[in-house]
Amino acid sequence: MVMVNLILILLVGGVLALLSERVNENMPRRVALAVVLFDLIYSLIHLSGMPELTQLQAPLPDDPSTWLMHFKADWIPAFGISIEFALDGISMLMVLLTLVLGAVAVSASWTDVIVRRGFFEANLLWTLAGVLGVFMALDLFLFFLFWEVMLIPMYFMIAIWGHENRGYAAMKFFIFTQASGLLMLVSILALVAVNQSATGQWSFSYFDLLNTPMAEATAHWLMLGFFIAFVVKLPVFPFHTWLPDAHTQAPTAGSVILAGILLKTGAYGLIRFAVPLFPQAAMDFSYVAMVLGAVGVVYGAVLAFAQTDFKRLIAYSSVSHMGFVLLGVYAWNELALQGAVMQMVAHGFSTAALFMIAGGLQERLHTRDMREMGGLWQQMPRMGAVAMFFVVASLGLPGLGNFVAEFLVLLGLFQVDPWLTAVAALGLITGAAYSLILMQRAFQGEPNPRLADQGLMDFGRREMLTMAVMMLALVGLGIYPQPILDIAQPVLQSLLEVTP
Amino acid sequence: MNAQLMMALMPILMLSLTAVVLMIQASVKRDQSVAWVITALGLLLALWGAGYARGFTQPVTVLLMVDDWGLFFTTLILVAALVTLILSKHTFSSEGERKEEYYLLLVLSVLGAVVLIQSSHMVSLLLGMELMGVALYAMIAFPEKGQRPLEAAIKYLVLSACASVILLYGFALIYAATGELSYAGIGLKASIAYDQNPILLMAGTAMVLAGIGFKLSVVPFHMWTPDVYEGAPTPVTGFLATVSKGAVFVALTRFFVEGQLYEYQSLMTALAAVAIASMLIGNWLALRQENIKRLLAYSSIAHFGYLLVVLIALSYGGAEAGLIRESITFYLAAYILTTLAAFAVVASIAGEDERKNNIASFDGLFWRRPIQASSLTVAMLSFAGIPLTAGFIGKFYVISVGIQSQLWWLITALIIGSAIGIYYYLRIIFAMTMSAGSSADMSANDEGKDQKNIAQDASVSSQDVLAMLLLTIVLLLGTWPQPFIEFAGRL
Repeated sequence: MVMVNLILILLVGGVLALLSERVNENMPRRVALAVVLFDLIYSLIHLSGMPELTQLQAPLPDDPSTWLMHFKADWIPAFGISIEFALDGISMLMVLLTLVLGAVAVSASWTDVIVRRGFFEANLLWTLAGVLGVFMALDLFLFFLFWEVMLIPMYFMIAIWGHENRGYAAMKFFIFTQASGLLMLVSILALVAVNQSATGQWSFSYFDLLNTPMAEATAHWLMLGFFIAFVVKLPVFPFHTWLPDAHTQAPTAGSVILAGILLKTGAYGLIRFAVPLFPQAAMDFSYVAMVLGAVGVVYGAVLAFAQTDFKRLIAYSSVSHMGFVLLGVYAWNELALQGAVMQMVAHGFSTAALFMIAGGLQERLHTRDMREMGGLWQQMPRMGAVAMFFVVASLGLPGLGNFVAEFLVLLGLFQVDPWLTAVAALGLITGAAYSLILMQRAFQGEPNPRLADQGLMDFGRREMLTMAVMMLALVGLGIYPQPILDIAQPVLQSLLEVTP
Repeated sequence: MNAQLMMALMPILMLSLTAVVLMIQASVKRDQSVAWVITALGLLLALWGAGYARGFTQPVTVLLMVDDWGLFFTTLILVAALVTLILSKHTFSSEGERKEEYYLLLVLSVLGAVVLIQSSHMVSLLLGMELMGVALYAMIAFPEKGQRPLEAAIKYLVLSACASVILLYGFALIYAATGELSYAGIGLKASIAYDQNPILLMAGTAMVLAGIGFKLSVVPFHMWTPDVYEGAPTPVTGFLATVSKGAVFVALTRFFVEGQLYEYQSLMTALAAVAIASMLIGNWLALRQENIKRLLAYSSIAHFGYLLVVLIALSYGGAEAGLIRESITFYLAAYILTTLAAFAVVASIAGEDERKNNIASFDGLFWRRPIQASSLTVAMLSFAGIPLTAGFIGKFYVISVGIQSQLWWLITALIIGSAIGIYYYLRIIFAMTMSAGSSADMSANDEGKDQKNIAQDASVSSQDVLAMLLLTIVLLLGTWPQPFIEFAGRL
């Protein structure tokens, strides 16, 4: 019930935020922040109360009782569809990441959103609810439902509060994810049909569908349906073209959620569904996936380097970083998977922070074009220092979370394919190049005379507090990553046992 | 004819009675609002009759088959007619014309639709279709002012007449081949006839399917659809899209199943080609439409393409017949309800003003009339097949059936079609989220407009109630479909 409540709190909170606009136009953001923090505390209370956390055991993929939490209730029994949620170490990490970044996103919208604030905060909370559903649902029908439905509030956030080209970006975002989602729907239904013809029972439960016997060719096609849906969301070259537009045009809070959380649903889907449901097919396919990942790492980095739009640069850097996740997942050994999980968390924080900085700049300068910036550190030293921190985090400076993640991925990948490792390692070098050029163009160098006498406001207390949270998280992940690894380890171990 | 049979015919009797009463009323005292009330009462009585007849399901002569399945669709169509009636009141009341005949035509057309749904014989099929169609021509042309309705009606009349002729010719050929006119009889004799002279039978059924395909407006018989949708008064367009098409599809299913047409491979290949073309071309042509009624016309072409997939699955085995029937029931119900929701909004926003049917006139609807905008949003999402709406469960059924029958080409077309479809459904939603003014003075400008519109719209809140009701039904079917699935399974 805890998991259902987590989602319900956000859904109801969204309605409250919407209504609270009638009281006072500043009310919605306060309500939204309160709701997200309440949800976070609620989840922490229930998680800390669980004895299993201190002595995590490997959850058996096909036995719900070994998971941290499990909830099941009938929904559409005619098709064996139930409301089934379950939580293990990885989904727990993702849920916590979602809620923390949710609070960050509310903070990012604090002064950014000036019209229809109630509806904005409501959409933000509903998106979070949808994402939580994706991370916890283990009934494939329910999972698909959350997967699709979380797009609608996100669509509204981009379409209503986005920047100059929002209509195009929102449409592209929706069509890409929706069309690939249809492929996944066909795969899900076909998987269920195969399972039904084998057992005579309709069931959409993950636990029933694991180990469905099927012909090799069938498995390959079905796996592909899931794979495409997830890598479009991740995104991976060549399915990434929606991302720069959506991330650039979304309002700051939207970008934070998109980059910080929504991309992770794709990675999560790969780890949870695409590989375990079709272990053999996924292993046969792994080389292709890894090549796509390595191409993504380099391609994203090169394109990032060429951008003049601050947000677009960060967006392309996400393509590069998510390439590491794909590499980590399909290398499919413990080190690489640990790295992938770590990357999901660390990238969530670093990119969210960078998008917030981009939002801060846009709010102050009314442009995202780096050619119009320059020397901003002098006027806004706090913002400059914060940006420096996250830029070096993003390029993989040792001691911060992203380094641990990428290092683990490369280490694990080396055992599988040294050549691809060499290609992917290029991403670290190019990463340094585009990250530093971002810093150089925006904050260093000759101050732009046009901005000299504008009296730009430095980061205020709210922004610094938000940034501090994410800095602490990244330093913590970088210096002492063991807790995260410990939480993920049993899950990964049991997943590794699923595959041949 | 004994009493039992009369009971089974209750909905038809009630509708006929209403038609007679309306005619008498028009000769005694012409009064529009009285006619409206009589029509409403008549439709409600027919609804009661449809429920009452459930106790007496049986074949009524060779012409009609009264069964639970038909009665369910009868109910649905009567509901659609009621919605049309409510919308018509708003649309037509503004003009100072005589409207009594319009209600009479509406009742006659519904009567035709009910006969069509229950037909089990080619004679009743033709009778129902013509009664429905002829009344519909007049309904389309009913607004005396303006050329467009007239143009649409003529277009529909001429092409419809051609289709009827082809249909009749098909009947003749089938009769020549089998010597039967009832569906069941054709089903019995067709295989022998096929062995003797396959061309005669195939040509006949192909012509019948072409005639029916015209009414369903599947590609390549779709040319008339956008013009007629655009030209007809909006409530009539809604009526055409739901009552007419729904009833024809039910009739097609009966003819198809009882005539055992799914046995013939060549016919199925042709039907598959029609389905694929409808899904792709329907969605493709909808992309560039600026008029929302034309857009919905093309969208409905695509939706009947999806529905044909289920019908084609019959011949390939794989899926259980029960599941296929359930799929048709669910999809058609979801389509009819969603279409009603969409047209209810279009009718109440645009009214009879032609210029207001452009997508641009829906700009910022969310901030002007949130209830109508929400209803249209849900309708669009349901058409696009997004979860939590009735349309998604419908699509879920179609894809399930397609997969179980391994119709991969059709599923591919369905996916491509749906992916294209998302674009134009989203365009409407996006238009509704836009702000009417420029972004700088957006808030101030809108505030003022909001105030004005709220005051202006207070008088038509009954339309909001209708929109809310349809929105709730569409969402309820999507979120909690179990009761309806069980119900559909029992039909």
